[in-house]
Amino acid sequence: MTDTPTTGSTAAAVEPAEGDEPQIAYPRTEWDDYEIIPPTTSLSNEKLTMWTFLGSDCLLFGALISTYLLLRNRQPLSGEGSLKAADLFDIPFTSVSSFVLLMSSLTMVLAVSAIARGEMERCKLWLLTTAAQGAVFIAGQVYEFTSFYREGLGFTVSISSSAFYTLTGFHGVHVSLGIIMLVTLWAMINRGIIGPERAETVEIIGLYWHFVDIVWIVIFAVVYLIP
Amino acid sequence: MSTATEAASEEIHPSDEAHDDHDHGLSDFGYIKVALLLAVLTAAEVLIYFFDDRVGPLEVPLLLILMVVKFEIVVAYFMHLRFDNKLFTWMFVGGLVLAIAVYAAMGTSMLFWTDPAGCDLSPNLDC
Repeated sequence: MTDTPTTGSTAAAVEPAEGDEPQIAYPRTEWDDYEIIPPTTSLSNEKLTMWTFLGSDCLLFGALISTYLLLRNRQPLSGEGSLKAADLFDIPFTSVSSFVLLMSSLTMVLAVSAIARGEMERCKLWLLTTAAQGAVFIAGQVYEFTSFYREGLGFTVSISSSAFYTLTGFHGVHVSLGIIMLVTLWAMINRGIIGPERAETVEIIGLYWHFVDIVWIVIFAVVYLIP
Repeated sequence: MSTATEAASEEIHPSDEAHDDHDHGLSDFGYIKVALLLAVLTAAEVLIYFFDDRVGPLEVPLLLILMVVKFEIVVAYFMHLRFDNKLFTWMFVGGLVLAIAVYAAMGTSMLFWTDPAGCDLSPNLDC
């Protein structure tokens, strides 16, 4: 609310024009001299929306992780074989890809920092580096899935393998979408559509990217490392 | 913030290193230090996995603690939640707490904590 008085309007009785509904004349109060501004949080709606989305995405990944935990010891329905994803994990390999994804969060935050300072060229460089690291992670996941499949662990072999592929696959889709967003962001900055005045756009995409990273932190520990 | 994050905060001194034109967050060097800390924690996780015989029964609790610390550091510093409006924190933590509560309840209903096979669903499902 501001203390700027409006033009001296009065709340006196108004004579209705012919055919109009008669208007009720309210008594004038001290509030009539002030302009009413709706309450606001003064926060960015876009940023709040992204945080709300990330909060809801916790429920999605929570469902997938808990489903995997519930089903990971299930045997195949046919009773043939007892291959589980955990038997095939290559921890050194997954550790390296986890490290790459973790470092992509660093380059992402450096991109946000660069655009906030108006250093557009540096921001573009960090965005591309982040996208490249994401692509390396996805390539690692494709390699892992392929090697698992060759070992005989297909999606439909057992309910535990289905749960594993669904969980890690959903995360891979999130990373892939993040890469698309990063490359689009790079192209928009390159064409001058996004400038330093819209640094928040980069920050919001960065929030999504970091979320993908923290989800992997949980998956790496809970699915891969904890026996 | 947890003790771990506060310890990281003391090491990094965010307010001292923040740029004038960046209203919140760390300097680039501060972010690099946070990333190095995360790399060290990840290396510790992998070492615990490989030397589980020496760690013994502490393996799972240690891995969970390291996971939570890494999670919190990324959220607090890389996602700027430590420096941003508390409403963002509530939106995110609300979803997170709801997810943990719902799926802990689900696990309990399926005897996840007591049944080594992970559930007590229908015998047709070969639990």
